[in-house]
Amino acid sequence: MTLKIKWTDLPSVQRRFVLYTLAATLVFLLLLLRLWYLQVISYEELFERSVRNRTRMLITEAPRGPVYDRNGMLLVDNRPAFQISVMRQDIVNRDELFQRLSVLLDVDVDSLVMRWQEGLRLPAYRPVPLVIDVDRELVELVQENSIDLPGVLIEVRPVRDYPDPDAVAHVIGYLGEITEQELRNSRPGAYRGGDLVGKMALERAYEESLKGDKGQQLIEVDVQGRLLRMLQTQAAEPGSKVYLTIDLELQQAAIEAFGDRAGAAVALDVHSGEVLAMVSLPTYNPAQFARGISADEWRALTGDRRNPLQNKAITALYPPASTFKMLVALAAMRAGIATADRVIQCDGALVVGDSRFRCWKREGHGATNLKKALRESCDVWFYQVGLELGIDRLAAAAEEFGLGSTLGFSLPGERAGTMPSREWKRLQFNQPWYAGETVIAAIGQGYVLTTPLQLAVMTAAMVNGGKVLKPQIVDRIEDWDGYQTRLFEPQLIRQLDYTPEQLRMIDDGMVAVVNELRGTGRRAHLDEIKIGGKTGTSQVIRRLSDEEEELLTGDEYIPYRHRSHALFVAYAPAEDPQIAVAVVVEHGQSGGQVAAPIARDMISRYFEHKDE
Amino acid sequence: MFDRRLIYHFEWVLLLTVLLLAGIGIINLYSATANWTYGAPPLYIKQLVWLGSGLVVALLVCLFDYRHLQYLAVHSYLVGVGLLIAVALLGHTTMGATRWIHLGFINVQPSEVIKVAIILLFARLLSKTASPQGFGMKDLWRPFLWLLLPTVLILKQPDLGTSVMVVLIALSMLMFAGLRRATTIWLSLLALVTLVMSWFGLHDYQRARVRTFLNPEADPLGSGYHIIQSKIAVGSGGLFGKGFLEGTQAQLSFLPERHTDFAFSVFAEEWGFVGCLLLLLLYLFLVAWGMYIARQASDQFGLFLAVGVTAMFFWHIVVNLAMVIGLLPVVGVPLPFFSYGGTSMVTMMIGVGLLMNVSMRRFMF
Repeated sequence: MTLKIKWTDLPSVQRRFVLYTLAATLVFLLLLLRLWYLQVISYEELFERSVRNRTRMLITEAPRGPVYDRNGMLLVDNRPAFQISVMRQDIVNRDELFQRLSVLLDVDVDSLVMRWQEGLRLPAYRPVPLVIDVDRELVELVQENSIDLPGVLIEVRPVRDYPDPDAVAHVIGYLGEITEQELRNSRPGAYRGGDLVGKMALERAYEESLKGDKGQQLIEVDVQGRLLRMLQTQAAEPGSKVYLTIDLELQQAAIEAFGDRAGAAVALDVHSGEVLAMVSLPTYNPAQFARGISADEWRALTGDRRNPLQNKAITALYPPASTFKMLVALAAMRAGIATADRVIQCDGALVVGDSRFRCWKREGHGATNLKKALRESCDVWFYQVGLELGIDRLAAAAEEFGLGSTLGFSLPGERAGTMPSREWKRLQFNQPWYAGETVIAAIGQGYVLTTPLQLAVMTAAMVNGGKVLKPQIVDRIEDWDGYQTRLFEPQLIRQLDYTPEQLRMIDDGMVAVVNELRGTGRRAHLDEIKIGGKTGTSQVIRRLSDEEEELLTGDEYIPYRHRSHALFVAYAPAEDPQIAVAVVVEHGQSGGQVAAPIARDMISRYFEHKDE
Repeated sequence: MFDRRLIYHFEWVLLLTVLLLAGIGIINLYSATANWTYGAPPLYIKQLVWLGSGLVVALLVCLFDYRHLQYLAVHSYLVGVGLLIAVALLGHTTMGATRWIHLGFINVQPSEVIKVAIILLFARLLSKTASPQGFGMKDLWRPFLWLLLPTVLILKQPDLGTSVMVVLIALSMLMFAGLRRATTIWLSLLALVTLVMSWFGLHDYQRARVRTFLNPEADPLGSGYHIIQSKIAVGSGGLFGKGFLEGTQAQLSFLPERHTDFAFSVFAEEWGFVGCLLLLLLYLFLVAWGMYIARQASDQFGLFLAVGVTAMFFWHIVVNLAMVIGLLPVVGVPLPFFSYGGTSMVTMMIGVGLLMNVSMRRFMF
């Protein structure tokens, strides 16, 4: 290398050093020229713009879509709520400002500071809300004093408004602030931190339709942040209108009928699977969430042992008890084990191996056929038939009716329940199945667990010719131009293969339950409409043995949580079934006494109001 | 191995220039984020920590003889490309682009690694093949292929700014090694065609940026917002500026990204043309001093290394400034030593370390 001419010493290379440095200098000169143009020649214009022409981008919230019932009655809408906010950078003296606001609005400074601290998570250009949902008079007061309140602004935000909040709480659900996780998973630009999104039920499941699209405004403000003019606006698109299959009046009737009991009720249109009513009690007031739930209110709701926030119609599981008996009878008839005329002698108990399984009626029902067994809810008839049928055929029949699996209901949280079988028990406990367990399952106890929604679907399928229909709660979704963007058609899950004769036998029994002298569901009787039904009383703790029962004096106090659940499934009118109802009253003691009247009131109100 | 001459030849000028720039940057950052009531520790403190870490890195890079790096050039290139592929497969997505990779304790941006790797690789390549006649088209296919792979990978992320940087750095080094006249013409034509073609390969947001650059007022609400606000900030600074902490554009938060890519517009607003002039002179001096170091280098590898690092500084400075004052479309390129950001600081400081290394060993053969 030393012998050759050094490449670096070549004149052409030396020239390149000079050239590169010169080129760089030229480019910098160009930059400086541009800076000169901006900062000296255009200075006045640009300085003027920086003083006068301060632009801000405002996001306008899209009003959430309203929700209506099947008759066009409003269930949820929005109302404008005023909130007092501050622009952080415009504040002159924070403590002084809070002091003034505190006096003016009659709130303590601590709560203002707390809101302020929460607001620090927002980007710097976003106003921090200090007082939410303020009265109009206070808003005017703030406006009058705005000179002394630099940085304070009044924002209007649409807030959920419920004409009858209690009636629809569990169907509609509520909103809450978007979580970071949700924010990350959402489409870019769709949400910002602090946005409200559906957290429960319909608000959550149909978030995409309900939320609408945000609008944008580019505005010019002066030094104090006052609006000078609107530069550009892109209007917010309100969320779509959602029409439910729910009948608000029926919903209200169910809640009235429950009184202060806990439980759930579901009413279905038997031909379409449309949910006419879905209530869960105790209910809660979603308006609490709309105006921002307080810590005390939240504790009260979550601490209540009767779970007011839970939609028991789809997320609570109950043994179906005697409401399960029609299904056992159908399965037995299909398998050729029993006909409606099969007579079984009930002496008050059935002995299987070493165990004695008692009928609810100690003295027994005597000679009993299917109709009598349903009417008087004889356990022994079903013990015997269930035992001959075997658990696996029973499980297969129950699963066809939709028990033991979810129905694909559109509100979140639907539970599957349990329909036990040999295979199920082996997987679950690694244990063999015992005959005694079949006996218990045949009266809907033991491992069998269902949701009220499943019971309603089952009942509907028994009276609509064996069609298991997907329960649906949304009828249609319309945008604001009136176009139907989505329409929900009835969906058949399964057509069952029972003969009309077999189904008629069941109907006869259910009509007898309500309308005949010894029927357990007589309290559901209505003169004007013929109702068919079936009572159920499901034990929360085991049934007492003979010996224990003899020790009872008659009116012992039973603690609330040990009391049996009361169930009733019903349909009407018997001649041409249209509506199916399932009612579960938690710890209601007696299906016939407590649950049946609720179903009756619902059916009565439904037809009353339908004929109007 | 350690030589007392190293201390005698310590590269003070470069180090002090960089420290001065970084110091101004941190003071400016203090102002840019003055009304950020959240985030602890404040960003200027964080940036101070980054500067400290950067200095340590720069000094570490000085410790060994840069000539050893020739033999690691290909390895570092392979590591860089490997990381780019890794980021494409399992990277971390922020704001729609996948640029980061988690390495346990630290997040690495492979597109930064590749900038240094390309400089090393091209310095090695060119120091072996440069000839007085200059390169013809036939000599260029190899460097072209080396360059193509990482560029495509960075474009895929998508990160237009960095891929443009990598290409500009490599081109500057190639041109310095010398091209034949015919080749220069061919390359220019090729560049033109690529430019036209790439318009159709751009992402929507990138195309929007270019369009708004040509006519920002057409969409003041959307993508034109950055450019308009930045121009107002710079221009309203006037000859002497509005004063430290007094820039209304910056303080009233009209300027987006004012602590990172748009830090210079905060500076321009508060210090005016005079401040900008001084800052630009300082940057120009940095570039000129880089060329001076290249010229003094004891071997060809050192020369090309210094040219490459200087080109990296130069293009970052120029593209960032041009973007902030509305001469170029908005591409995400930070201003070296000035914008907030640890990755950029560390990359630039590695560059400083390499330059100092070359300078301190100029009398050692």
